[in-house]
Amino acid sequence: MAANHTAAHHKITGRKRVKSLILIFLLLLSPLANAVDAYQFSNPEQEATYNTLVSELRCLVCQNQTIGDSNAELAADLRRQVHEMLQQGKSKDEILQFMTERYGDFVLYNPPFKAKTGLLWLGPVTFLIIGVVTVLLFVRRKKTIVPVNTEGDVEKLAAVRRLLTDKNSEN
Amino acid sequence: MLKFIIPLILFIVLAVFLAMGLKLNPRDIPSPFINKPAPSFSAPKLNTPTEKLSTQDLKGQVWLFNVWASWCVSCREEHPILNQLAKQKAVVIVGLNYKDEPADAKKWLDTLGNPYNVSIMDQDGRIGINFGVYGVPETFVIDKKGVIRDKYTGPVTIELWQQTILPLITKLQAESA
Repeated sequence: MAANHTAAHHKITGRKRVKSLILIFLLLLSPLANAVDAYQFSNPEQEATYNTLVSELRCLVCQNQTIGDSNAELAADLRRQVHEMLQQGKSKDEILQFMTERYGDFVLYNPPFKAKTGLLWLGPVTFLIIGVVTVLLFVRRKKTIVPVNTEGDVEKLAAVRRLLTDKNSEN
Repeated sequence: MLKFIIPLILFIVLAVFLAMGLKLNPRDIPSPFINKPAPSFSAPKLNTPTEKLSTQDLKGQVWLFNVWASWCVSCREEHPILNQLAKQKAVVIVGLNYKDEPADAKKWLDTLGNPYNVSIMDQDGRIGINFGVYGVPETFVIDKKGVIRDKYTGPVTIELWQQTILPLITKLQAESA
């Protein structure tokens, strides 16, 4: 009786475990859930352009999200704008131009290379170069500082050897 | 000696840059609109929706274009200041009631006072997009020719009005249309 009881108990906890595992896996998928609008597209290319555009435009309210990721109202409005312009037959560049005219380069996740954004583009490369040069310098310096056996060292070594052999002979 | 000076200099440079970065406001996005013509609109007035107001109607005068909404918390903070400005009658204030319910907007103006010469409705936010609005409140200063001369994101404060906006308006009003 007691054995049956524990078996049943195990079964229930096992089922619960499976359920919670399924829940965990489903929750792991949640980052994939983007803001979804039910937009109709004339053709697959248009839909592809739409998807690239919404992943390249920044949501200005929630600044570290694209308008495709964000549920903010402004992001939804901008997605609607992108969709409408695509339906009107506007090209990707025309839409990007429309957005930058209104929101500045800041709206682009890939800002153009300009005097103002030079630091942004070249900064990381500069730091990488500084890093590589530093590492190279250190490595080279390490190589040149290989310990040199001076005469003093040789003498000390001999003294140690002598001591050791003396001790051995005493035993 | 050099061994200490170089990292020290690097540290100071880095610290200065980071300190500067701390002081920058990421919400302060420079408007690409300054010195460009204001986008044209023709939108129903909040109080008389059958009538429309267009950018053409405002030519020849300096006006403030203030984007507001009854759901906007900072607008509540800004509102008493706008009321004060309206009393001074220094400039025409046009309100853009952005993504709001007309009933809520009217109630807001009834209870808190109406500083606007006229407010227009932008329920779906299209005029907002055309003006590059991303945060409410925003305030544009538009000259007699219909060119945007300056733009402020966030609530207008007394200091901002006295030190920046009012001198600009005075200068713009002296310009010929």
